[in-house]
Parts: sequence; structure tokens; C-alpha cells
Amino acid sequence: MDQMDAVQKRLFQEVADLHGIPEGAYNLRANGKALMRNTTANIDIQSKKDVSGIDIRIKSGTKNESIHIPVVLSQSGIKENVYNDFFVGDDCDVLIVAGCGIDNCGSQDSEHDGIHRFFIGKNSKVRYVEKHYGSGDGSGKRILNPVTEVHMDEGSTMEMEMVQIKGVDSTKRTTIAELKADAKLLVRERLMTHGQQQAYSIYKVDLNGDGSSADVVSRSVARDNSYQKLDLCINGSAACSGHTECDSIIMDNGRILAVPSLEANSVDAALVHEAAIGKIAGEQLIKLMTLGLTEAEAEEQIINGFLK
Amino acid sequence: MLELKNVSFSADDNGSNIEIIRNISHTISDNKFVVITGPNGGGKSTLAKIIAGIVKNTDGQIIFDGVDITEKNITERARLGIGFAFQQPVRFKGLTVIDLLRIAAGKTLSVSDACNYLSEVGLCAKDYIDREINASLSGGELKRIEIATVLARDVKLAIFDEPEAGIDLWSFNNLIRIFEKMRQERSGRTILVISHQERILNIADEIIVISDGNILKYGEKDIILPEITGTENAINICHKMA
Repeated sequence: MDQMDAVQKRLFQEVADLHGIPEGAYNLRANGKALMRNTTANIDIQSKKDVSGIDIRIKSGTKNESIHIPVVLSQSGIKENVYNDFFVGDDCDVLIVAGCGIDNCGSQDSEHDGIHRFFIGKNSKVRYVEKHYGSGDGSGKRILNPVTEVHMDEGSTMEMEMVQIKGVDSTKRTTIAELKADAKLLVRERLMTHGQQQAYSIYKVDLNGDGSSADVVSRSVARDNSYQKLDLCINGSAACSGHTECDSIIMDNGRILAVPSLEANSVDAALVHEAAIGKIAGEQLIKLMTLGLTEAEAEEQIINGFLK
Repeated sequence: MLELKNVSFSADDNGSNIEIIRNISHTISDNKFVVITGPNGGGKSTLAKIIAGIVKNTDGQIIFDGVDITEKNITERARLGIGFAFQQPVRFKGLTVIDLLRIAAGKTLSVSDACNYLSEVGLCAKDYIDREINASLSGGELKRIEIATVLARDVKLAIFDEPEAGIDLWSFNNLIRIFEKMRQERSGRTILVISHQERILNIADEIIVISDGNILKYGEKDIILPEITGTENAINICHKMA
């Protein structure tokens, strides 16, 4: 970690909980360049030749290993597109930690657009954690437009934890998944916007195989003058089950458009969606105030709990 | 000691001014178990909420331990040692039972301490400690957790608004035991309960009957209870549940 400056270290901590060099395979990227890389007997990481990015190949049968591939930008004005492909063999059980942190103290916009594609083998289990974070008080914007594609083979499981709590000025997050028989997708998204931020979060899940299922749950908070559009769509084309839920707290002058949608192309598709947007209930604030919290402290506790 | 001096509360109802609490003056001493009863709609809950600062009185003064708290907000009154258990507890998505108990205790509460509070209210602690306080909890479970949040605070004045509403007979017995224990734990602590239940009235030191925004009568339990037994102000729990 010696070649990192303090800002980069802080960003790596925020997005990947890294306090030192991670165990297992990793590829740390800072300001458009690979900083450190490690491969293991089962996990190989190679740079792409045609575009910026890496190929991560995980051998069949790899269990209890982790891959960290966080990215940080600490120079103002960097704009990059990065293509990362994950080829996960059959019968694996792995943790993948991604995420991007931008610190922009300058006047130029900083932008990282990561395109992640997952090809998950039969009966493999992947847990994917992606955190996005922005800091810095420059006038340049911090922009993140991640695209995540998930292709799931039979019997595979993908758990995705997608978090963006602070500091990203503009984001368009697109997640596309297609599932074969008995594959299972779980998504837990947590999103908070403030100031003048705008966030678009789009999910399109195709349940193509019998026994496939998806549970996509987004919890979000829009504060100040921020805007969010949450567009969660599940298409069921087999004997499958799908559930989407957008649950949002709106504060100040925040605005939220929640568009959960379902498309059933099979009589055996069981699909459900839920959406709720509301301000913090006055009774909740009052209850916490009777326990000795100020109104502002009560508000923070309620939001922290909601986004936990 | 809690002193209410000429406390009134009126609210606007479609253009007309409705008086809900009418010029109530009363003193509640330390180390007392006081039950407020009276007909529904008579102003009991409103008075309790005025004491905790949840409803702002339109006239009069409230003195708590010699401090004029009339202009103090809910938080300030809570920090002075006033606790409040709601009749209809609120749910929180995401906050867990231990989160709420830790907020109530105002400190880092160990899991075992939190479990003790839950056991007090008859909940099997390990099943509840990490549960979210959301729609998956029944009304009775919520009510017990609500009572546990008051137990977790070291309050000088504990106010319970119809604590028995929504709980079963077993919990009802437990509730009486909780009140008795609360009194033993801290000297000078006063417990103020709004209830119609004869068995709660029966353990009171003092009973206040509120009707139509006024104190209709008040005094020691031995004097007041015989006067109201058999009326809607003192209901036998078994009759009600049957």
C-alpha cells in the first residue's frame, strides 16, 4: 500500500473496507492505472488487450476465495471506461468486492464508467459487493455510470449488494441479468442522494429457466434537491418467481420516480412488485425523541436503520 | 414532583374551538403509582402527552422537579427523566429491537443487558434481539418492546398510555409485576399509567378520574376505587376479554 497517497487509502477503505493488502486475488486500480495485482492458483487476472480492463477467470470448484477489484480516482478530470469480465467456472463459491471511490477537489468532472460482465457457471455461488462513494469539495462533478451484466447458468446463485450512500453527483446504474433453470438472483440496493445529485437505477432481469427466481429490493433516501429514478423490471418466461420492491424515504425537496414493472410471458411465471415512497413518519421521530434524541438525531437513526 | 398549574389544551375542529383539557391543576408527588382513568375521549391521553411534551398545552404551566418545563420540547423533557410508552407503538423499517433498546439506554448496551429487558416483558430474547421493528411483529409483541424501551431508560417519571391494550392475560400479570419492580428499582420514581383496568387501579396509590377535560375526582385508591368499581372507569380484565 506504500505507493498510495492518503486520499487513495481513504477511498479504498470506503469502497472495499481495505485497511491493508487484501487476501486472495486482487487488482487495485488508481487514477486510470493498475496499482497492484495478485492472482492465486485458482483465480487468474489478465489485462485486456483491446480496451481498458481485466479478465478474471475463476477455475471450476474454487471455494471460499475472494477477489477485490476496487477503483479509486483522486485526480480531478479523469474520465475512463473500464471493462471487467468475470468468468466463474462450475461449482464455485466466491466473494467479489468491487466499488469505486472518487475524490474530486478540482474544477473538472471525474468520471468512471465500469462495465462488469459476469458469466457464472453451473451451481456456482457468487456474492458481489459494490460500493460507490464520492468526496472532495471541488466544483468538478463525481460521475459514476456502472453497467453490470449477469449471465447465470443452471443452479447458480448471485447475491448482489449495491451501495451508494454518499457523494456521487450523477449516476446511471444499469444492471441486466438473465437466468437459466434453477438460478437465483438476490439484489439488495441501498441508495442515498443529497444536494443536487441525480441517480438513475435500472434493473432488467430475465427469468428464462424453470425454477429460476429473482428478488430485487431497493431502499433509497432522496434528500435536499436530489432526484432518483428507480426502474426495476422482471420478465418471467418460464415457471419462475420474481419479486421487486422499491422502498423510498423522501426528504426536503427530494424527488423520486419509482417504476417497478413485471412482464409475464409464461402462465407459470409468478411475479410480484411493490413500491412505496413516503417521508419519515412523525410518530417515528416523536418516539425516538421521547427516548432523548433530538429531531436531527432521530432522523439520522431512522435513515441509518433504513439503509442498513 | 410534577405540578400542573391551570393546564388547558384546545384544538381547532372545523373552525370551532374545542377544549380538550380544561384548566387542570394537580400535583403528583414522587414515589407514587398513579392511575388516570375516565371515559374514552375525556382527555386522559392528551394530558399524558402534554406532560411528555408531545402535545403542547395552550395555557398553563408544568413544573417537573422544580423546573418549569412548559416551553421545553420532547427531547429536553426526556433528558430530564420523563419516559413515555405509547398506546400504539410505531414500527421502524430497518431498526432492530437492540438498536431501539440501545437508543433508549443512551449508551452501548450489551446484548445480555438488552436480553434482560426483553425477558422482563416476556419475550424470548434470542428470538427478538435482531428482529426488525417492522410489520412482521404483532401488535402484542410491539407493545412489549415499547414497554422494554421505557425499562431501558433510567426515568424519574414513567408514563404508560394504556399499557394493557393489545396484550394477553399472561402479559397482563407480567405487567403488574414490571410496575412493582420499577418502583423498587429507583427511589422517588413515579409511575403514571392511563388505564381502565381494575387490577391496575388496584395497585395504585392514587387514582385520578378525568372526564370532559376536567379532573372529576382524585384521591387515594382506597377511597376512589370503591366509588368507580363497576363503572366503565374500572373494568375487570377477565370480563373484557371474555
